[in-house]
Amino acid sequence: MKIQQISLFAENKPGHIAAPARLLAQEGIDIRSLYLADTQQYGIVRMIVTDWQKAAQLLEARGFVVKVTEVLAVEVADRPGGLADVLEALDGTGINIEYMYAFPNLCRDQAILIFRFADLDAAIARLQTAGINLLASEELLKK
Amino acid sequence: MKMIPTLETSATDCHPASVPDYTPIPQLRDLQLQRLQAVVTRAWRQIKLFRSRMDERGLAPEDIRSLEDTAKLPFTQKSDLRDTYPFGLFASPMKDVVRLHVSSGTTGKPIVVAYTKEDVDVWTSVLVRCFAGCGLHRGDIMQVAYGYGLFTGGLGAHYGAEGLGATVVPTSGGHADRQIMLMKDFGVTAMCCTPTYFLHLIDRADELGVDMKELPLRAGVFGAEPWTESMRKHIENRSSIEAFDIYGLSEIIGPGVGCECRRHQGLHIFEDHFYPEIVDPATGALLPDGSEGELVLTTLSKQAMPMIRYRTRDITTILPGRCECGRTLRRIGRIGRRSDDMLIIRGVNVFPSQVESALLQTEGTLPNYQILLTRDQGLDQMEVRVEVTPQMFNDKIGALQELHQKLQGALDRVLGIRVRVSLVEAYSIERSEGKAKRVIDRRTS
Repeated sequence: MKIQQISLFAENKPGHIAAPARLLAQEGIDIRSLYLADTQQYGIVRMIVTDWQKAAQLLEARGFVVKVTEVLAVEVADRPGGLADVLEALDGTGINIEYMYAFPNLCRDQAILIFRFADLDAAIARLQTAGINLLASEELLKK
Repeated sequence: MKMIPTLETSATDCHPASVPDYTPIPQLRDLQLQRLQAVVTRAWRQIKLFRSRMDERGLAPEDIRSLEDTAKLPFTQKSDLRDTYPFGLFASPMKDVVRLHVSSGTTGKPIVVAYTKEDVDVWTSVLVRCFAGCGLHRGDIMQVAYGYGLFTGGLGAHYGAEGLGATVVPTSGGHADRQIMLMKDFGVTAMCCTPTYFLHLIDRADELGVDMKELPLRAGVFGAEPWTESMRKHIENRSSIEAFDIYGLSEIIGPGVGCECRRHQGLHIFEDHFYPEIVDPATGALLPDGSEGELVLTTLSKQAMPMIRYRTRDITTILPGRCECGRTLRRIGRIGRRSDDMLIIRGVNVFPSQVESALLQTEGTLPNYQILLTRDQGLDQMEVRVEVTPQMFNDKIGALQELHQKLQGALDRVLGIRVRVSLVEAYSIERSEGKAKRVIDRRTS
């Protein structure tokens, strides 16, 4: 259930995402999702890639500061209320979302929500009880 | 021949080369005077610049009758080495010069320093005395991670370690992962590098899952840049080694001008070869032992390139009294700053070492940092750029902002002025010879 996400520290300057992107491209690693959290000065690039271990190793060897965090990928129907249903399942449980982002899976008419929780195991248990579809990493990464 | 006092001297501290460390003071002063007179005479005969400065003062070599007369001699400065580049201060013909080193000058022309065979032997002998004083001996495995090449650090430490009889692993700088692998695989017992580089190795070892505390490494001889007592504690806590401060500069000989003994109460200067004085950095007036000022050194035995009263720009004190180790060599305090290190920002004196201690306080680790000074509408602006290390990095924006604020607060408190803190990517700060360039001043006056 747990998906390994790679986070990179990057200064908020032109060209600072191109270098890691090119490095991954050269090694045939595909970036399946990318989300940028930024401030005026710096940002955090969060990526889900096809081979996270190799990607982390490559990036670290090139001097990038990398963190691997575990996140959850939730698949919901891409319709009004899809997100609300998931969030409501967490209501009243005290489970806090540290951050989240979403992207559509156009070929299946589904949306994928990526969550980082402070307490990942509690979140998994709750979402599964509520019958919400959590994707395994193979499912998320397949095209 | 003088016997090494056994009192309070551990067996590991003894090496035949260390005998001069214990010369009785009257004999040491006699030796210094003889050597001073010889070096002044030699410099006066061989070096045009020195002779003309002596002439201007109406001084001749025979006017130097006591060690106190050193104060009459003209100073030599770094600019003299640049102005006479490359060979203008040599006192030996090139056929007698066996080695040239070049300093890592960051602006303009570099400076060149020269050694005869005798100079290399003296250099080796002082380094042997340094290492022996750190409790190292034959049987130790010493990894030298100072840069080998034009920089004096690598080759200097190498010859010293070999002279001691230790096994030398000449890794030179860089390739942290390989350095750590060799330390572990070879059972390295002592490390020679800059303190900043060793901090980097500690952090990297952590990431690789290598516990420095578990390695046979027991001593580190760190120099080539000023470092602080808090940095020593930090290094010793994280790696379970004994950290020694070694001092030197290419203009005088390279590393090995002075070094701490196991008492860690200042650095013994090898006074039989280097005569130390402390002067007021502004006026050049001689100050008594115990006062803080600029260290001035005269080489007493150097052949190829004698330096008379060289202004080191390093601020320190000659510590009064004898060291408990029994050495008769005087000691200088640790060098925390340089006279040309002090920054005046909006009228406030700031030293890079203050920035360092603020960073250490907050993070418990010393990230690489750089101070950038600019002037905006006549007002000085100070920016401290801090490289984000894997230990500091968190993938939540809130956590990074909190770190940013903590650093900001600590720097404001320590410096007493408002500075701008920037978090920058790892390795984005330029380094040379393993030393990070700490200050960039873009203010135009």
